[in-house]
Amino acid sequence: MTGIFEITFLSLQVSGIATILSLMIGLPFGTWLALGNFRGRSFILSIINTGMALPPVVVGLVVAMMLWRSGPLGDLRLIYTPIAIIIAQTVIAAPVVTGLTAAAIEALDPRLQQQLLGLGASRGQMVWYLWREARLPLLAALMAGFGSVISEVGASTMVGGNIRGQTRVLTTAIVLETSKGEFDQALALSALLLIITYLINLALTWIQQRGRKGDYQSASWRSL
Amino acid sequence: MKKLSSLLMVALLLISCNAQPSRTQDLILVSTTSTQDSGLLDALLPAFTAETGYQVQLIAVGSGQALKIGKMGNADVILLHSPEAEKKFIADGFGIDRRLVMHNDFVIVGPPSDPASLRFDKLNASHSKPTLVSAFGSIFSSASTFVSRGDESGTHIKELALWRNAGLDPTGKDWYLETGQGQGATLSIASEKGAYALTDRATYLAYKSNVNLQILFEDDPLLLNVYHVITVNPEKFPNINLAGAKAFADFITSPQGQKIIAEFGVEKYGEPLFFPDADT
Repeated sequence: MTGIFEITFLSLQVSGIATILSLMIGLPFGTWLALGNFRGRSFILSIINTGMALPPVVVGLVVAMMLWRSGPLGDLRLIYTPIAIIIAQTVIAAPVVTGLTAAAIEALDPRLQQQLLGLGASRGQMVWYLWREARLPLLAALMAGFGSVISEVGASTMVGGNIRGQTRVLTTAIVLETSKGEFDQALALSALLLIITYLINLALTWIQQRGRKGDYQSASWRSL
Repeated sequence: MKKLSSLLMVALLLISCNAQPSRTQDLILVSTTSTQDSGLLDALLPAFTAETGYQVQLIAVGSGQALKIGKMGNADVILLHSPEAEKKFIADGFGIDRRLVMHNDFVIVGPPSDPASLRFDKLNASHSKPTLVSAFGSIFSSASTFVSRGDESGTHIKELALWRNAGLDPTGKDWYLETGQGQGATLSIASEKGAYALTDRATYLAYKSNVNLQILFEDDPLLLNVYHVITVNPEKFPNINLAGAKAFADFITSPQGQKIIAEFGVEKYGEPLFFPDADT
């Protein structure tokens, strides 16, 4: 198995960037949905919640059709590049992060919002404190988003093409080794993928739980 | 309680009725992706089932995995086009009864712009017809993008042999892409990248309307793609469906099976995709 380092690095890079992008979309959007009070809010939430179960192959197919040279974004020449995988994975992870963010913010005591505003916090400050207050479930949202893309294979294959040294990631390499009948290699790569996913989640869990011990109750909004 | 147990009995009876015949009538066929992607098996298998009553569970994978599945006894019968690997499979005692079924051929496809100048126009020939060696040579020297299966399938092994035959080693070149996917996906990638690829003619014809690729080199004895059917050795794996495997090998080499192969694709593509070879 050549290039195992590159494959692992590309997996982490692509899924890491996709997770960060989905966080940049999902965190504000989910918060807006949770705090908002407007017509169609439940409808949007139901769409987002469905999106959390979006099959990666469906996302892969749609993104591929957009990026094919015959497609509307074909001139960008992105099909079968790592950027194409990042786009597809962001589409997969964004609803997960959005939905879990909305649930996390909604689970906070609604009086907290009133109190913060009453204490003179600006809207931006209020959101910031709400995020701090909900950081445990928000980190869980981050982990779920990352987990959904690092383990995904359908979209990566369709938009990335599994090209060696260019777009081959751990999951597509596992499928390839299996199709070659190299079950040992496939198992070794699977173990590697699991270990990496575990280490990342271990780190995130550690951050999450460290936050819990210290000042979960003495929440910072009280010091306003 | 009595009601419940009688209900249970009925359920058990239904399950056993259902399971009993299918146990002996199921046949696991492992085949290469080309026979499925081209649609040939969709024409052959229903006729086989109608003739013999065996239901075929088809697993279409690359030749490498097909042989591994056979080596683990997870198949009854195998349809392949990797002659060297097949001979080793038989020699190692995993298979018996290898029979010639059919052939088609490989072609080199590429973008209409043909940057390596492989196209040969008989009427307007400015250069002599390229040979297989010179064709691979011009792709290599012009550093034109070439998409390889890279999955140890029969086609991939053939492609590697053809590079060796030309005395060239493309591995590691930045214009040489390995997809590790089936023939159809590889053709799509070659089309999007404006690249050359080696493909069996059948899959190319089946994908022709969806890809922007043309046949740029064909007709060489080395480009023949020969298919054999092999029964998994029942002495090694006593629980294989030997009768079903034999029935399949008999059917696919019978006049009826060979006729289906000969006629397949003629209506849709105007030319046959496979040529029957069995001694009937």
